[in-house]
Amino acid sequence: MSKVLMKGNEAIGEAAIRAGALNYFAYPITPQSEVAEYLSRRMPEVGGHFLQGESEVAVSYMIFGAAGCGERVFTTSSSPGISLMSEGISYIIGAECPAVFVNIMRGGPGLGGILPSQADYLQATRGVGHGDCRLLVLAPASVQEAVEMVMTAFPLAEKYRNPVMVLGDGLIGQMMEPVEFPDNLKSAPSNKDDWATNGMDTRGRKTRNLVKSLFLDPVELNEHNLKIKRKYEQMEREEVRFEGYNQDGAYRALIVSFGTMSRVCRTAIDIMKADGLEVAMIRPQTLFPYPLQAVRDAAWKKGCQAVFSIEMNMGQMVEDVRLAVQGRCPVHWYGKCGGEVPTPEEVVETVRAVVQ
Amino acid sequence: MQNEVKITGFGGQGVMLMGKIVAHAAMEQGFEVVWIPSYGPEMRGGTAYCTVVISDRPIGSPIIQNPRHLVAMNRPSLEKFAPTVKPGGVIFVNGSLISVRCDRDDVDEFVVPIIEIAKEVGNVRTANIVAIGAFVARSGFVDFERLRESVKTEFAAKAKLIPINLKALEAGRQAAEKY
Amino acid sequence: MGKTFQKPEALSDQPTHYCPGCTHGVAHRLVAEVIDELGIRGRTVGIAPVGCAVLAYNYFTFDFQEAAHGRAPAMATGIKRSRPDLVVFTYQGDGDLASIGMGEIVHAANRGEKFTTVFINNAVYGMTGGQMAPTTLPDQRTTTSPFGRNVDEVGMPIRVSELLASLQTPAYISRQTVILPKYIVKAKKAIKKAFTYQLENRCYGFVELVSTCPTNWGLTPVDAVKWAQEHMLPYYPLGDLKSPE
Repeated sequence: MSKVLMKGNEAIGEAAIRAGALNYFAYPITPQSEVAEYLSRRMPEVGGHFLQGESEVAVSYMIFGAAGCGERVFTTSSSPGISLMSEGISYIIGAECPAVFVNIMRGGPGLGGILPSQADYLQATRGVGHGDCRLLVLAPASVQEAVEMVMTAFPLAEKYRNPVMVLGDGLIGQMMEPVEFPDNLKSAPSNKDDWATNGMDTRGRKTRNLVKSLFLDPVELNEHNLKIKRKYEQMEREEVRFEGYNQDGAYRALIVSFGTMSRVCRTAIDIMKADGLEVAMIRPQTLFPYPLQAVRDAAWKKGCQAVFSIEMNMGQMVEDVRLAVQGRCPVHWYGKCGGEVPTPEEVVETVRAVVQ
Repeated sequence: MQNEVKITGFGGQGVMLMGKIVAHAAMEQGFEVVWIPSYGPEMRGGTAYCTVVISDRPIGSPIIQNPRHLVAMNRPSLEKFAPTVKPGGVIFVNGSLISVRCDRDDVDEFVVPIIEIAKEVGNVRTANIVAIGAFVARSGFVDFERLRESVKTEFAAKAKLIPINLKALEAGRQAAEKY
Repeated sequence: MGKTFQKPEALSDQPTHYCPGCTHGVAHRLVAEVIDELGIRGRTVGIAPVGCAVLAYNYFTFDFQEAAHGRAPAMATGIKRSRPDLVVFTYQGDGDLASIGMGEIVHAANRGEKFTTVFINNAVYGMTGGQMAPTTLPDQRTTTSPFGRNVDEVGMPIRVSELLASLQTPAYISRQTVILPKYIVKAKKAIKKAFTYQLENRCYGFVELVSTCPTNWGLTPVDAVKWAQEHMLPYYPLGDLKSPE
């Protein structure tokens, strides 16, 4: 298939359609409203369903309803909108339904700003909702990768019966890059007859299904949470994804960075390399489960004097980097947020200030 | 080898489309490409801009503080961005609207009265295509033939606009030699 | 000898957790009878609210989802839009529907979603212990309006049926009650009508059922019925407020 030049937001919408997700509910918010605009035209063409909900809160339950009755469904939003959806996400996790949430992050807190940011790292990986909640979080660094992650998010959500979040910064949504939609990432929806409320007639069974998150019996609730915990542990075993850069030879420092920020760091690493300073990078592609072992191995490599977590926020992923490095070498943070994106030169300065 | 152009102007001058046409041509030529817009409040008035980055290898930072080239469609953007252009780059100036010059001697600054040319072509709304033709002809940013194809693709849905836009592109190319 | 009494197939054998004199049981039964009569049990999905009816799914024998407080109409929208062939209804109380879920119900009704809502109005929050609801009557005492609802401070009770009937989108909106046998036949008719409109893909259907809550009203079941007749029915008059015709 030939490449097409597409804006990230539109490519994300198209990728979901190619992945067979024909139900999309959304509420407009900058910088990702183009997804809704694109799909409001596109969904009718493919026999899908598009509805603009009255709020992000309502949208999260439209997602829940459709996911509960066994349909592939997704939404896209940006930071303040995800905060509103966090209620529904917690219920969806509790009821063990698969769904895909795309967060094209903007600056916060509060209204913050509309420009790119990575300030929802902790929200996505830790505090997405009340209760023992985790999402599988995929972090694309290009429009092509956003397409691939959206397409794989649906089978992943179904594998774990847990929502998956694609966490991109505003740049991923706003920039245009050549993309293709790989046929091999298409997947058939899993059979959900064992649990989904798709109607007894649909599944030809006489027993009814319940989709719920209420377990008033404490023993039952504990069991339920243990079951969910085991799924997260399985994710940690099976779904960790990352990419290394300039990591093969010896290096004196390690950068850990994700999303668009990692591309800036790649340029910074090229500049330093031309200057005789070898710096490696680990780019987590899954933020939960986090590539702890990969960061640890890279940080502990002989000759590595310091680790830098470079982020478009005030220091969030650095907590995971510190967990990974376990104090074996100093961990530094550098970042800016809310539309201010650290430049390659600033990254070089940050590293050079520590590693001579 | 990486190359960049920042295309700037008022919202409504078609700078996003100009960037898209160039980016599409670069993609067809086999380059890695990133097109990045400014967005938000800047969409209305002021300086809207997009940046097109092309490279023969995967593109690192998509955010470019110092582009190689600049296309300035209005005065505020020439004043704001001309100082950021790398030495040796091309600075295209929309002579129909901008009376000042950046007066750097380390860049190739050239001024084209695109509105007058577009009127001669037959439609003042093709001024941005004139500009893109002139810029690409002068800078060699992408292959000119690819640019023609890209214009055809962009207007494929409104095919009757293709001839006049190709004419505008050609007028821009000739202007690049003249000015 | 033929059977003179039979439990609807759509109703389970499980005894309910509702208090003595509570009208949820009657409302459940009416819904179950309608589902049986329409022969739609195999393609119906019910949505339980948060409130006393949070466990409603235990008493029915078809697919059920459980929503968060007030969100049932959004959930029903998600199901109905993605699976228009399923029959969907929400079962919601007044705290759920008229307070925290007011946005969802108004917008679902206004979009003309093709599902059905059964709205239990007993003028009080039941499950959380008798707090004031948007439907609590003026001067009515609750655990959070111990001196009676002060309308100067918190406004008048909301007449949800009237509010929804004011929307321009065609809908079936009806207020009925289940407090006495003489009203129940009409209530069932309204519920059946609402489901029928859904089956015909015609319009949104909303049936408010004026109900009692003896426990939280601090009355015996008999006195509660009397109180409802004297106070609820004058403020919440019965009848069809809107039909798609």
